[in-house]
Amino acid sequence: MRQDFSPPAPGRMPHHSFRRFFLPLFAIMVLMLVALAPQQASAFSDEQLRQNAEQLNAKSSTKKLDVIEKMAADGDPRVAAILEAMLDGDLYASKADDKVVIGKKQGKVWQHIDVVSGAVTGESGSADLDKIRINNRLRGALRDALATLNLFSPDLAIRRAAVETVMDTRDPAMAPLLQRAIERESNPDLLARMELAKATMALAAGETSQERLDAIDILASQTTPQIRAVLLQFVNAAEAENYDPKVVAAAKDAVASVESRLKMWQTGGDVYRGISLGSVLLLAAVGLAITFGVMGVINMAHGEMIMIGAYTTYAVQQAFLVFWPAGIGWSLAVAVPVAFLVSGGVGVVVERLIIRFLYGRPLETLLATWGLSLFLQQAIRSIFGASNRQVVAPDFMSGAIEFSTGLVLTYNRLWIILFSLIVVGGIAAVLRYTAFGLQMRAVTQNRRMAGSVGIRTGYVDALTFGLGSGIAGIAGVALSQIDNVSPNLGQGYIIDSFMVVVFGGVGNLWGTVLGAFSLGIVNKFLEPVAGAVLAKIFVLVALILFIQKRPKGLFALKGRAVEA
Amino acid sequence: MTDYRQKYKMTPVLGWLLQDRGGMILLGILLAGSILIPIGNLMFPEGSAFHVPTWVLGLLGKYLCYALLALSVDLIWGFCGILSLGHGAFFALGGYAMGMYLMRQIGDRGVYGDPVLPDFMVFLNWKELPWYWYGFDHFSFAILMAMLVPGVLAFVFGFLAFRSRVTGVYLSIITQAMTYALLLAFFRNDMGFGGNNGLTDFKDILGFDLQSDQTRCVLVVASALMLAICYLVSRGITQSRLGKVLIAIRDAESRVRFTGYRVEYYKLFVFTVSAVMAGIAGALYVPQIGIINPGEFAPAASIEVVIWVAVGGRGTLYGAVLGAFIVNYAKTFFTGVMPDFWLFFLGGLFIAVTLFLPKGVIGAIPAFGAANGGPGAPGNWRDRLASWRANQGGKA
Amino acid sequence: MSTAEELLSEESRMIQSEKAATILYVDGVSVTFDGFRALNNLSFYVEPGELRAIIGPNGAGKTTMMDIITGKTRPDSGDVLFKSEVDLTKLDEADIANLGIGRKFQKPTVFESHTVFDNLLLACSGGRGVFQALFHRLGNREKQRIEETLATIRLGDARETLAANLSHGQKQWLEIGMLLMQEPQLLLVDEPVAGMTDSETEQTAILLREIAKTRSVVVVEHDMEFVRDLDCKVTVLHEGSVLAEGRLDSVQKDPRVIEVYLGR
Repeated sequence: MRQDFSPPAPGRMPHHSFRRFFLPLFAIMVLMLVALAPQQASAFSDEQLRQNAEQLNAKSSTKKLDVIEKMAADGDPRVAAILEAMLDGDLYASKADDKVVIGKKQGKVWQHIDVVSGAVTGESGSADLDKIRINNRLRGALRDALATLNLFSPDLAIRRAAVETVMDTRDPAMAPLLQRAIERESNPDLLARMELAKATMALAAGETSQERLDAIDILASQTTPQIRAVLLQFVNAAEAENYDPKVVAAAKDAVASVESRLKMWQTGGDVYRGISLGSVLLLAAVGLAITFGVMGVINMAHGEMIMIGAYTTYAVQQAFLVFWPAGIGWSLAVAVPVAFLVSGGVGVVVERLIIRFLYGRPLETLLATWGLSLFLQQAIRSIFGASNRQVVAPDFMSGAIEFSTGLVLTYNRLWIILFSLIVVGGIAAVLRYTAFGLQMRAVTQNRRMAGSVGIRTGYVDALTFGLGSGIAGIAGVALSQIDNVSPNLGQGYIIDSFMVVVFGGVGNLWGTVLGAFSLGIVNKFLEPVAGAVLAKIFVLVALILFIQKRPKGLFALKGRAVEA
Repeated sequence: MTDYRQKYKMTPVLGWLLQDRGGMILLGILLAGSILIPIGNLMFPEGSAFHVPTWVLGLLGKYLCYALLALSVDLIWGFCGILSLGHGAFFALGGYAMGMYLMRQIGDRGVYGDPVLPDFMVFLNWKELPWYWYGFDHFSFAILMAMLVPGVLAFVFGFLAFRSRVTGVYLSIITQAMTYALLLAFFRNDMGFGGNNGLTDFKDILGFDLQSDQTRCVLVVASALMLAICYLVSRGITQSRLGKVLIAIRDAESRVRFTGYRVEYYKLFVFTVSAVMAGIAGALYVPQIGIINPGEFAPAASIEVVIWVAVGGRGTLYGAVLGAFIVNYAKTFFTGVMPDFWLFFLGGLFIAVTLFLPKGVIGAIPAFGAANGGPGAPGNWRDRLASWRANQGGKA
Repeated sequence: MSTAEELLSEESRMIQSEKAATILYVDGVSVTFDGFRALNNLSFYVEPGELRAIIGPNGAGKTTMMDIITGKTRPDSGDVLFKSEVDLTKLDEADIANLGIGRKFQKPTVFESHTVFDNLLLACSGGRGVFQALFHRLGNREKQRIEETLATIRLGDARETLAANLSHGQKQWLEIGMLLMQEPQLLLVDEPVAGMTDSETEQTAILLREIAKTRSVVVVEHDMEFVRDLDCKVTVLHEGSVLAEGRLDSVQKDPRVIEVYLGR
């Protein structure tokens, strides 16, 4: 679980209180000193930079601290390189001329790099260089300084990260720098973010009620857990220190409004996670919807067809690694048809060898296919071993879209949602528009009649079962991305898949779709309330009760035709 | 078949006993075993040809409990067509009830030495016994619960399912969901049943050391006698008019309704009786095995029970007992000798029995073949193949 | 136990005064399956002791009508009253069977794993409770009744034969025998002669006429010869409602009936 930073208890000094109170003082002193010199824009002149850098070699660390603060407060991009070198222990004073240089080891000698120009000015052995020593206090100061300096980095990403650091620490000493960064920032997004950071600081540092109210006003429009925490912290402090009641009330309102919007996002996140789970259930169940729903065959080995699909993905990737390592990104695309053919082929063989002898005896089919599932599991275990196999995710499936509100949409889940819809759409199209689909429906409705108009019912049976199994194989390709590829992979899905099909109504593809998504969403909505295991138990119990109420599922066919 | 009732004008009880050749053999074996096994174990020294080693006692006890579980499944599947894929749940609940008693018997001899709380509760930092553990320090209460809890669960579940006419595979699937839900629930530490690890480290039962040969002998004999009693009860049920109604329900449920029987009550009755038997089996199993954990709730375990019944021959009662012994002996054998082969064997067994031996081993023995097999399940696999070919011919 | 008294509603009391004599009163019954109207405002009644034949083309709603009378299907609207007072739409199959309405299926449905004797025993009127069945002993009166029925349906020699081993015609007769054992006041018989030889058909007609002397019988049938043999009032169903009613001769002359059967 991610721990939000909690507000410090009232009356307890944060451990870095020293800097909190004294650094601003130093900064002001330094600024007063510097103010004597004409301060054009914010960059040092070469000469100023060199002078400051030389002072880093001062004897006392307090003096060094002063200089670091001074340099950091300026925001010259070149300062960062110097301070970084100092932090890394690469800043030296040359013994020959007492100049401060950055030392870089090249083989056995050290190159001297000029702090201003960055050019190599000479080289020497280590004996000629004196390291500029730093202690922990200086290290801390250097890190802070560097973080702030990043606000002026030419690289947008670094600036963005720096703003986040500022936002997290909310050190009032940084306020002037932030102000300067705001003046120079051109990227509107980042600018808004900086204004926000300024407001959080203003909230902490604000003196008058009006300042605080203004800050609250800005923050109240935000929707992130971070801002909620900032506001909550402020409310605590405000109550403890008896701020203006108007301010307290406004802060509380702000918390409430942020809270309510976060709730909505939370709900949205639950829906998304539910849809994501639903798409997994759908992929696992849709093949079953064909074998069970259309043919009335209880295929307990359905999970193993999924498992075979996942192992096919693994095998395809291994083949890529041997024959075409560069094309590994294509392996999933290739695995989809291959897995369809492998699992589908196994399905056809199984139908011809076992299932066809058991039509009309669903309970016996259930037992035989259960036996088959044990057989297939052990077969895979004997071939590939019992441990998990690693399936590589292609680039387009790794990573995530992150929202500031805390919602994270991972690409692999998004792809699986999309993929499940494509698969269902494809099946619906096959059933509806192809000759095979027509024959399949004909055999389902009236086997004898279909036979007498010339449909080879045996072939249709085998192909239908093959189709259901093949789709399970495709599901295996997708599930290999989010689950462990092990011989037990299928076991985890079989009960859920049956639940989805039964819930949605047997023989109805759209029922399966709706069943999968509603079960997924209900599950994810229960999870935050009850915990993952209890949520699952609730869903199972609810399903058992639901079947009592509607024994034939959500979209049951009614009437005489079904009773036979 | 000869109707002894008419021929010899016997009382119904003796009549159905004498007719039942397989049952007589089974009861004979159980009775003989109950006498000979303790003698072999306790009277003959190790090394003697007649000595029954203690590990055999353990195995026999386990098989007998499994046989009773198989019997309970056959009672509903073989005679009423209810294929429960969740009977392991009733077995496990009975086992947990007994386990709770045995847990309380440990007293302060546990690792943490708490006089009341079982070790796992001390470990979880619980301060007092949950209310549902009260009473389990009494043996009779535990036995009562071992029957009552599975019975009540079966009654409630069955009432809901049968009333709304959930039948066939739908029923099988929801029984599976039931045991799966219980599996998940019992895995939770918060449930107060030892979570993942279950209940174990038992010391004694009614003051007798569980490890001693004498206690083990008594438990094996108790299991054998309980199996015999449950067999007689089941046989009595199936031979009564109620049993005939059950078979009628299996073969033509709607006809039974239109004849004026409340099918749901009949199913509920036999389902509940069966669950109670499964609970008793579980209660006898736990002291002999020494542990009960949520694994017993696994759907796979329940499905395995069904194959015992199918292998032996369903609808015969004694076939279920035979099947439980055959398959479990095979399991002991294979997992000892070549563990990798076991799942191949078990999987193949499921397939082979459904395809070629729909009436099980008993059905393949001509003298027993005629028993109570359902319709559409002709005697042997040759007939089956022939009838299948005929069907294919009809189709084409 | 019958709950007839409780079900006696004010409305049915009124109907009772009007149609005091009906044993089966079907009024305005409609039922729809997924948009398909199986019964459409169906109304007819049967008098006590009447033998009635119901004919109609496939899909006319004959079997659905039986499903509704026996409680298998609930109508969307309409009344179904037994003996003018019991509302059958509120009861389930077992209740209705115990009220005295027996039903024979289109496909002969007997208990195949039981002997002919046990089939009749199970159908024998009397306690239907679970525990009554558990502790039931075969009494002399029951035995006698079973023997009588065995004689009626001519299966005396097949007493100990498993029902599965009977011929198709014998199964039909066994099923009728089981209905007789229930001692129903109203018998619903769905296509009793399907798959029977000519002589079996004739004898079945004789049997049904015999039965109709002591109780009401409704026969659904396709076979016109058989309906002629029954020699009774005929109701013609078409598209879920009554098309014509009367003697077979007059019905067969009805132009609408001719169009339904021969037209199109």
